[in-house]
Amino acid sequence: MSGTIVRRANAEPRWLRVTLTVLGLGFLFFFLALPLVAVFAEAFAGGWGAYREALSHPEALSAIGLTIFIAVVVLPFNIAVGVAAAWAIAKFDFRGKSLLITLIDLPFAVSPVVVGLVFLLIFGAQGVFGPWLAAHDIKIVFALPGMIIVTLFITFPFVARELIPLMQAQGKDEEEAAVSLGASGWQMFFRVTLPNIKWGLLYGVILANARAMGEFGAVSVVSGHIRGETNTLPLYVEIIYNEYNAVGAFAAASVLALLALVTLVAKTLVEWKMRQETEMLETALPPEKTE
Amino acid sequence: MKRVLPGFGLSLGFTLVYLSLLILLPLSGLAFKASSLSFEQFWNVATGERALAAYRVTFGASLVAALINAFFGLIVAWVLVRYPFPGKRLVDSLVDLPFALPTAVAGITLATLYAGNGWIGRFLEPLGLQIAFTPLGIVVALTFIGLPFVVRTLQPVIEDIEPEVEEAAATLGASRLQTFWRVLLPGIFPALLTGFTLAFSRAVGEYGSVIFIAGNMPLISEITPLLIISKLEQYDVVGATALASVMLAISFVLLLAVNGLQWWAANRHHGKERVSL
Amino acid sequence: MSVTFRKLYSALVLAGAVVVVGAAPAVAQTSLLNVSYDVARDFYKDYNPLFQKHWKEKSGESIELKQSHAGSSKQVRAVADGLEADVVTMNQASDVDFLAEKGLVVKDYAKKFPTNASPYSSTMVFIVRKGNPKGLKDWSDLVQPGVQVILPHPKNTGNGRYSYLAAWGYALKQPGGNDKSAQEFVGKLLKNAPLFASGGRDATTTFMQRKIGDVLVSFESEAELIAKEFGKGGFDVVHPSLSILTEFPVAIVERTVDKKGTRKQAQAYLDYLWSKEGQENAAQNYLRPRDPEVLKKYAAQFPAINTFTVDEVFGGWSKAFPAHFKDGGTFDQIYQVK
Repeated sequence: MSGTIVRRANAEPRWLRVTLTVLGLGFLFFFLALPLVAVFAEAFAGGWGAYREALSHPEALSAIGLTIFIAVVVLPFNIAVGVAAAWAIAKFDFRGKSLLITLIDLPFAVSPVVVGLVFLLIFGAQGVFGPWLAAHDIKIVFALPGMIIVTLFITFPFVARELIPLMQAQGKDEEEAAVSLGASGWQMFFRVTLPNIKWGLLYGVILANARAMGEFGAVSVVSGHIRGETNTLPLYVEIIYNEYNAVGAFAAASVLALLALVTLVAKTLVEWKMRQETEMLETALPPEKTE
Repeated sequence: MKRVLPGFGLSLGFTLVYLSLLILLPLSGLAFKASSLSFEQFWNVATGERALAAYRVTFGASLVAALINAFFGLIVAWVLVRYPFPGKRLVDSLVDLPFALPTAVAGITLATLYAGNGWIGRFLEPLGLQIAFTPLGIVVALTFIGLPFVVRTLQPVIEDIEPEVEEAAATLGASRLQTFWRVLLPGIFPALLTGFTLAFSRAVGEYGSVIFIAGNMPLISEITPLLIISKLEQYDVVGATALASVMLAISFVLLLAVNGLQWWAANRHHGKERVSL
Repeated sequence: MSVTFRKLYSALVLAGAVVVVGAAPAVAQTSLLNVSYDVARDFYKDYNPLFQKHWKEKSGESIELKQSHAGSSKQVRAVADGLEADVVTMNQASDVDFLAEKGLVVKDYAKKFPTNASPYSSTMVFIVRKGNPKGLKDWSDLVQPGVQVILPHPKNTGNGRYSYLAAWGYALKQPGGNDKSAQEFVGKLLKNAPLFASGGRDATTTFMQRKIGDVLVSFESEAELIAKEFGKGGFDVVHPSLSILTEFPVAIVERTVDKKGTRKQAQAYLDYLWSKEGQENAAQNYLRPRDPEVLKKYAAQFPAINTFTVDEVFGGWSKAFPAHFKDGGTFDQIYQVK
């Protein structure tokens, strides 16, 4: 009861709410909704039949498969290092923490074309390890491993970035209690920490996933563009657009937009569940902070 | 203070090894390659007039785009968290689109929308406002790709604002504007700053979407990543790494400054909490 | 939660196993990788089955042909960095020169096959609005004030470079033409460009879909692709009085064929490009065949046009590239701060 009164007392006047909503939604309309509509309009320019045909092309299917495969492989690495980094940063004090966070952010700031170039400088035939790799017949760049490595690079920050503030906010009381009650490190982690962060973790994974599937620049440099083999969906989109097949290109792009929407549905579920859990917690427990 | 919790060595060690192998080692390869230039050569590449013009365009457009994103991103996040409206979930899910859509598709689509005969451009061009194929087009593309960073960092923070704070301010007779300016904004400012920085640093490196809408005229609408590609087209890998290193160094310093600021603010906040407990 | 992780892990291991097993049988059959430029796909999509049939009849061996398409220079950089191409089929000699410099392709690759190792050719033409409202007939019309010219970035793209050199060569061949007047001419042309597109396709979209500009400078062969996408009715093709002959050199990548033992197949694959079937296929894809008989057969589709080659006017790509497109070259000089 008091909650609603408070909210009303705190709420912006109606005109301001309307203005802000119109401004915010208007911005999203011009910058996100219209481009999305335009992508689908181009994709369906040749009708439903052309759309379906474009997507059932074997090269399109192979690109979709490869894109999903890379995203799935990259996932556990992102989880592992994201959780580890967040654990160290959020639960302990040590020198150089800002530096560490900055280094974690760094992949956001590196131009995708440079990311690809960097890995060529290392694993390419003229690179540092190139001759050794060639002598042992190990293929890294222009093959799946190279594409996975650059995807790992560009998606590295997401999980850690998502978890650090969350774990900082949660503090370490619960874990400390578990340890003092005699739990081993892994028991504490799986029984206390993981349940606390699992939804935040999923949120980070979903963002990383969207980025992993949509990345073009970095992957393009190390893929080799071999049709039906090392073309991911974004690469496929670009190449068939360049071949004057706009319907095919935008149809494939619309699949990426839809893949994003699927992950978004997952996220909505996650958030809904999170909210439900916090609400349950809030009603079950007396408020912690009493000041 | 004694460390009660386990796993510090393991988690930090794993993070550092992973970070070194995947991020630092490759990036140091970049610096190593660039260092095969003499200082004078490096300086010539890094400060040529085309390069300087490109830095101005790149950092200028990124700054404007990040500011637009900070302003509208704050409004969008606020509206998405606070106000109910139909179709909210769908709108919320739309925010991540720029991550999933390949940048080239984004660039082509935006150029088509903002060109003189496009859905948006046809209304702007009669007003004398040309967006596609001008530096403004670069701003549009960079705004598009940076938007999720601001909205997604702000959303959880706005959700976490304790209603008591606003209530207290309201009972003390503060106007809504005062409450926002004096009470709410300081609370969400660090997150806004983070979102702004991430959007900015992503914008600085962006290539794929920009080249389709920029017009790519030398000295006017040429971005630094395009100059890097131009070097590569001339098979000048070393020159490309020199430009890339300059970009990387600037971005690193900016990120470090903002993270330092953030950490300092968070620590202050933490300190208070410890006292009150 | 740990159960979920275990499930996830086993799923991944399984996925990994599928990939490894799936990759294994691919080794059994002889395969060639053709690394090519980006609009060559239609040509090789038709050519590859022709060659597979021919090779099966000739040697009894069935062969797998893989294609890789992207920007020409990007492709040769990838080959230099380790992409295992058996053959490269490019749209500019400077790209193959780069591989020759790296020792991946023989130095005299242009002499290893007929007609300068270029199985077909094309030229730069003008695409204008229907009915040619501005009456654009020749390069000199393109430098007039008020004419908007659309072309891809002259420094960073293959088509852009050919357009640039075509205009330069035209200016040189005018009465009293010299390097200075040519640079002025090209400078005027570039002043008429409202933007530099990121590639040939992007230039076409800008001209056809966004309706910007009065003329698009493009490969003759791409005019047909434009018709395929945007319909024949929307534009006219104008052949200028003089243009550049664009060559599409092919070469065997020594490093790969030695390692894989595919020299014989690679040689046959490229040789067959000059066969009647190969030449017909070029003509059907609107690329000018080198075989005079085939060219005659398709004369209706290839109007006679005076052309010059990069070798004739510029002394080859190895001279043209640094003089015009490297940093500090004539293109950069046009855009210097005054």
